[in-house]
Amino acid sequence: MNKPLRRIAIFCGILVLTLLLRDNYLQYVKADSLASDTKNRRVNITRYSTPRGNIIVDGKAITGSVETSGDYKYKRTWSNGAMWAPVTGYSSQAFGANQLERLEDGILSGNDDRLFFRNTLDMITGKEKEGGSVLTTLNAAAQKAAFQGLGDKKGAVAAIEPSTGKILALVSTPSYDPSKFAGSSDADAQAWSKVQKKNDPDDPMLNRALRETYPPGSTFKVVTAAAALENGEVAGVDEKTKTPDPFPLPQSSSKLTNEHGDCENATLRYALMVSCNTVFAKMADNVGNKKMIEQAEKFGFNEAELDTPVRAAESIFPQDNRPQNSLDGIGQGSNRATPLQMAMVASAVANDGKLMKPYMVDQLKAPNLDTLETTQPQQLSQAVSSKTAQALQEMMETVVNDPQGTGGKAKINGVVVGGKTGTAQHGLNNSEKPYAWFISYAKLSDGSAPVAVAVVVEDGAADRGDITGGGLAGPIARDVMKAVIDSKK
Amino acid sequence: MSSTTNSPTHHTSTIGSIGTPSRRNTELALLVFAVVIPVFAYANVGLAINDQVPSGLLSYGLGLGLLAGVAHLVVRKFAPYADPLLLPVATLLNGLGLVAIWRLDQSRLLKQIHQAGTAAPRQLLYTALGIALFVVVLIFLKDHRVLQRYTYISMVGAVLLLLLPLVPGLGQNIYGAKIWISVAGFSIQPGEFAKIVLAIFFAGYLMVKRDALALASRRVLGLYLPRGRDLGPIIVVWLISILILVFETDLGTSLLFFGMFVIMLYVATERTSWIVFGLLMSAVGAVGVASFESHVQQRVQAWLDPMREYKLSQSGAPGIHSEQAMQALWAFGSGGTLGTGWGQGHSELIRFAANSDFILATFGEELGLAGIMALLLLYGLIVERGVRTALAARDPFGKLLAIGLSGAFALQVFVVAGGVMGLIPLTGMTMPFLAYGGSSVIANWALIGILIRISDTARRPAPAPASNPDAEMTQVVRPS
Repeated sequence: MNKPLRRIAIFCGILVLTLLLRDNYLQYVKADSLASDTKNRRVNITRYSTPRGNIIVDGKAITGSVETSGDYKYKRTWSNGAMWAPVTGYSSQAFGANQLERLEDGILSGNDDRLFFRNTLDMITGKEKEGGSVLTTLNAAAQKAAFQGLGDKKGAVAAIEPSTGKILALVSTPSYDPSKFAGSSDADAQAWSKVQKKNDPDDPMLNRALRETYPPGSTFKVVTAAAALENGEVAGVDEKTKTPDPFPLPQSSSKLTNEHGDCENATLRYALMVSCNTVFAKMADNVGNKKMIEQAEKFGFNEAELDTPVRAAESIFPQDNRPQNSLDGIGQGSNRATPLQMAMVASAVANDGKLMKPYMVDQLKAPNLDTLETTQPQQLSQAVSSKTAQALQEMMETVVNDPQGTGGKAKINGVVVGGKTGTAQHGLNNSEKPYAWFISYAKLSDGSAPVAVAVVVEDGAADRGDITGGGLAGPIARDVMKAVIDSKK
Repeated sequence: MSSTTNSPTHHTSTIGSIGTPSRRNTELALLVFAVVIPVFAYANVGLAINDQVPSGLLSYGLGLGLLAGVAHLVVRKFAPYADPLLLPVATLLNGLGLVAIWRLDQSRLLKQIHQAGTAAPRQLLYTALGIALFVVVLIFLKDHRVLQRYTYISMVGAVLLLLLPLVPGLGQNIYGAKIWISVAGFSIQPGEFAKIVLAIFFAGYLMVKRDALALASRRVLGLYLPRGRDLGPIIVVWLISILILVFETDLGTSLLFFGMFVIMLYVATERTSWIVFGLLMSAVGAVGVASFESHVQQRVQAWLDPMREYKLSQSGAPGIHSEQAMQALWAFGSGGTLGTGWGQGHSELIRFAANSDFILATFGEELGLAGIMALLLLYGLIVERGVRTALAARDPFGKLLAIGLSGAFALQVFVVAGGVMGLIPLTGMTMPFLAYGGSSVIANWALIGILIRISDTARRPAPAPASNPDAEMTQVVRPS
């Protein structure tokens, strides 16, 4: 009986060997893909096992972490989440993350390769893994001014430091509080579903400052004026333009009129001051679609990958036929812009024509406060010549300072302010409430421009007059600029 | 030969001193390791989970040490020539199992789901009962051949045990498999005991019938085909395992019993044709039943695509869908090569049966590939010592019983570990010694007890040379 016994022994050996092979396949070959499978709850358990690093504004953390009772140990908290959501985005145990919380997740969660050595060291010494911090360029006072200025109104504010491109304020209303769904409980799920677009027509999770494009309305006349000056269509800002009023749109039977002012043959300065449609429609036509596109692109239009690092939606100045191109020239054609884009226009004008790349992450720091990365200001383009920039500044300052100007509400004592209002009509036959726009910059007595800002308020008043831009959006822009200037003192 | 077997005990005492060493001291030394390793593991879990050495460390160490000590002393007294590895390896596995169960007891998640919070003390109690049965076996079963007398009683007993889960009011249906019964609040898996009783029956039956089965056969196509009437028993056993599959819907139990029978039949008859027959019949049976039994089909589907099954269970799809299979695979994968370390994994995510059927996943996650390979080799060692006992056994009944028990043990390890690791469809059986469950621990200690008894008989030094009646007259006086 021993021969079959030996064979059975071999058979049992094969059984054990098969198990060993299977285990090697499972725990060696497949180990990584199983361990990092997103459905494997351990991935998130590890992720939330240590407090997350913080996002810092003006040296103070605007985020935090709180211990919970579930197996996801820590969840994210925000101080004044609704105000900061357009900057930080959300970070939820159940619903993932977006914006800075997602893009800088490596640093915040401590998983970034640059923290690897330190993490390994911590593992050996038994210290808990820590996340690094993200220092933003934002200005808390400006953010607060913008958020309070918008209040219950639907809209957005973007403010930039013209000389560097640092984003100082980025507000979108109505907003949402990411703390409400940072966890993974049923209450979190309810809060999450409440702010989804399908359940809330106001779409609070839309970051209007970066991700929504609007018809730029009259604020775009600054770009058209720049194109006209750069291409020599007018000799100077105070030269009369040969513009009929009303202006017949080329290749069309429509006639373009003005809301107010005496715009026939008006100078560029006067036309910008009272926002003549006729003058800028004609200028756009004179410059031509190709050159208009070139000028708009120098200001940052038609750029699909503008990363702040959160990617901004693409602002568009399209190829158009002549009548559409004319309407584009007054911001009412098929061109569209994000609030950030229009802030970039104002900032390039204030910065002597140099357009800086907007960014909101200043530094990344390791948990021990070593600096891992510092963002260097970067010039995107020379949008206009220094001379044209001076001319545009003069005109925009007239808009604010002249008693007839539309931007009087943005005046700040002791500070030179240049601005441009806009009222963008939209909807079928312009039936919907217009968007109120205001773009501006402030200059100090030493000639430096600390801030450029763009404000859009979606539900402009029924008054279609150009004044709405100045009336609704202007004071908000003023408060934001004032907040920045005050915080510099 | 007959003259030598009449009083073996008398002779051993006279030449014991110059025969095979008893190896009891080796066993004792190994037992020290088998107790100390789980004690360290226990301390490790406490340090990892609560940052302190668990308060029960001393009593746990003493308890396990005491049980191992008693077992050792009984072996030393009643089976001095037994294999020195079986007891230490079983003790080590049992000790590590206790640690893993205690570790899962600490999980908040599992405490919410069922009574797992108190599993470890109960398992320690079961272990004590198991060792008690082990001691009883060694003390009262002086010679394993006694069991031969109970061949047909064993058959009746085994059939009864197998049928118990089907008795209304007694049987329990847990996750579709009906292999448990419930008595006074305790869940018992009669299959675990049936395994041993059946092995006794098969060994007794085959010992008697093996010549008829082996010799009276025709040769067809190079295979020895048995006569029709000799086919009877294998067909009966096959039918029984098919019935188990149909009514208890457990592939593992069915496979285990049929596989054990085929192994023993092959060893008894030395005819390869039985293996071919066995494989054919089990394939026919498994495929046939799977074609209409939805529970088996579902197990097979869960095996083929555990991710789909996981998603179904999460989405609350109708029917019994379990996330366990996928959760177990994640546990193994997350463990990787070296594991997370005791107490630092998340195998509690397996939830139901995490500390019983799926306990291997906890080892996989916390001890890693290295730990699982060590455990599998430990199981391999038990099987190897069992087969070696069968080889060394001098009587056919002992050979058959030893190979039947070790073969069943190997098959059970394969079916359970293979199921948990996704190699074969999952079944409702448990890892011997590691898993939580009284029936399993108690029955397996009895199994080790029987193997130790057979190996003691096998390794006992050969009786003295035949005392020649002629020599009796001139016998010299031996120095005492």
